[in-house]
Amino acid sequence: MAIPVTYNVRNLIVRKTTTIMTAAGIAMTVAVLLAVLGLVSGLERAFASTANPLHVLVMRKGGNAELTSLLTQQQFQIVKAYPGIATGSDGQPMASLEVVSVINLPSVENAEGSNVTLRGLSQRGIQMRHLRIVDGRWFNPAAREVTVGKDIAKRYPNARMGKQLRFGRGLWTVVGVMDAGDSAVNSEIFADGVQVASDFNRQDTYSSAVVQASDAVTAGALIKSLEADRRLNVTAMSEKDYYDAQTVSARPVQFLGYFVCIIMAVGSCFAAMNTMYAAVARRAKEIGTLRILGFPRGSILWSFFIESLLLSLVGGILACLLVLPLNTVTTGLGNFVTFSETSFNFRIGPDVMAIGIIFSLLLGAVGGLLPARQAARKEILTALREI
Amino acid sequence: MSEAVVKTNRLSKEFVRDEFHVMALDEVDVEIHRGDFLALMGPSGSGKSTLLHLIAAMDKPTDGQIEVLGANLRQLSDKQIAHWRNEHIGFIFQSFNLIPVLTALENVELPLKLTKLGKKDRLAHAETALKLVGLGDRLDHLPKQLSGGQEQRVAIARAIVTDPDLILADEPTGNLDAASAEDVLTMLTRLNREFGKTIILVTHDPHAAKFATTVRHLEKGQLLPVGALPADWSSAIAVRN
Repeated sequence: MAIPVTYNVRNLIVRKTTTIMTAAGIAMTVAVLLAVLGLVSGLERAFASTANPLHVLVMRKGGNAELTSLLTQQQFQIVKAYPGIATGSDGQPMASLEVVSVINLPSVENAEGSNVTLRGLSQRGIQMRHLRIVDGRWFNPAAREVTVGKDIAKRYPNARMGKQLRFGRGLWTVVGVMDAGDSAVNSEIFADGVQVASDFNRQDTYSSAVVQASDAVTAGALIKSLEADRRLNVTAMSEKDYYDAQTVSARPVQFLGYFVCIIMAVGSCFAAMNTMYAAVARRAKEIGTLRILGFPRGSILWSFFIESLLLSLVGGILACLLVLPLNTVTTGLGNFVTFSETSFNFRIGPDVMAIGIIFSLLLGAVGGLLPARQAARKEILTALREI
Repeated sequence: MSEAVVKTNRLSKEFVRDEFHVMALDEVDVEIHRGDFLALMGPSGSGKSTLLHLIAAMDKPTDGQIEVLGANLRQLSDKQIAHWRNEHIGFIFQSFNLIPVLTALENVELPLKLTKLGKKDRLAHAETALKLVGLGDRLDHLPKQLSGGQEQRVAIARAIVTDPDLILADEPTGNLDAASAEDVLTMLTRLNREFGKTIILVTHDPHAAKFATTVRHLEKGQLLPVGALPADWSSAIAVRN
């Protein structure tokens, strides 16, 4: 049987200042990792929530962004007549022709303004997205009115209820705020598609179309059929694939975060190692005593290794507590596909925290192995003579 | 005569420190029998602690043979020695060497962790051992909450809790006041007489040695014949007479 863990726990408590300092160092490293993971996870969740598995996005051939895509009214008429598209209660196909553009708005963080996605769409488009009005109402057709996502209302003072935005050919009144759950739609501004197309002089060429397949199997078949149709010359993809590709916008932050994290991790490993070497040196006599009592070298190694893991576990838990408040933080990230900002919440969920804990244990394992080995290799008499 | 618990044949131990070679034990032949209470005496550096360490397999001899409880210690692996020590040896140190973060009960329970006993039995054994040394009311005390004498009694309880064949005590009264030392020595005597434990006591205190049934002297690494005293002791006695 191994040396009791109580022995290690109490030793960590006895050396509480050293324990806290080392654990805090590990916590900082793990917190950086968790923040990066929370950011990526939040962004992924936003895009995942936006994507409806039955939705198929239709853009010009080779297009990978709605912003740079062109789709004519004629193409849309062919698309919406395709079999396999679900119909609404009115018997009409669930298909929405949309025009997507960006407008510049000053935000609370950036007075010079950030790009925000403006989506012109029909009532059908709204109906297909399962959105909820939290303030005001939906825009009226053929009027210069907009309904903004809740994150837009929060982050852009000029886009709050009752305010007016200048774009296109005049002033647009904010008449409502919509809630799309965790979706990236919260970072968009919705307006009537016909009015937006008119203001941006795009009456004939909209950006894209969204159609809703009747079921998941049909969605796949629909994509293949649309892509193969020579009359259309379009690219069709599931909304999921489209938004998955947009998570690439988090890559630079992710890379920087991981880079900083790796450098800090090396430092944390050395801190843990230093603490454990000090513990081994201070407890040399105890090591000698344990050996005389009959504990083999393996037990000594395991005991000090466990202690290092416990130390780093404290760091991991501290890190989780430290980053948990990030769950309430909304941030924005420039999207390289839409050239606009996507707002989302950090998401520090159980999966992210589990990674943080595992990472902290890894730091403890790397930092604790050599000191534990040194403890196990001590000769009894040498250990007993050390002060 | 009862069986030999410790048997050495030309046992030698040489230490090499820098370029100096020190012969700590020089061809020592000794037999210690079951039930003996032997006091090993001698001045500092005479080799008494070295002999004790070799008997406890805490160190390896340079030359010669040593057999303890029928085991040839030179042939055992590191892991076998650890197991053997846990099963057969109880060790008492001068500076008690209790684990400071564990209570008296936990300290005494520690060697039992290596046995097959369950938690309940381990605690029962540890409690019995502590009661035997008169510390039944100090089970949950940490070493720092005990006096030196009490700490040494906990150490004795820890040494006897596995019911070892051989108890090795290295200057067990060296850090104690006279009254506590007397208590500890009385306890060792009781363990020897009532429980038949074989005890080897290393000491330089003649008063402590009086508690033993046999006293042997070491001088410059050599074990003097039974009854013989070191040269400086003999001359001191002659001057006094």
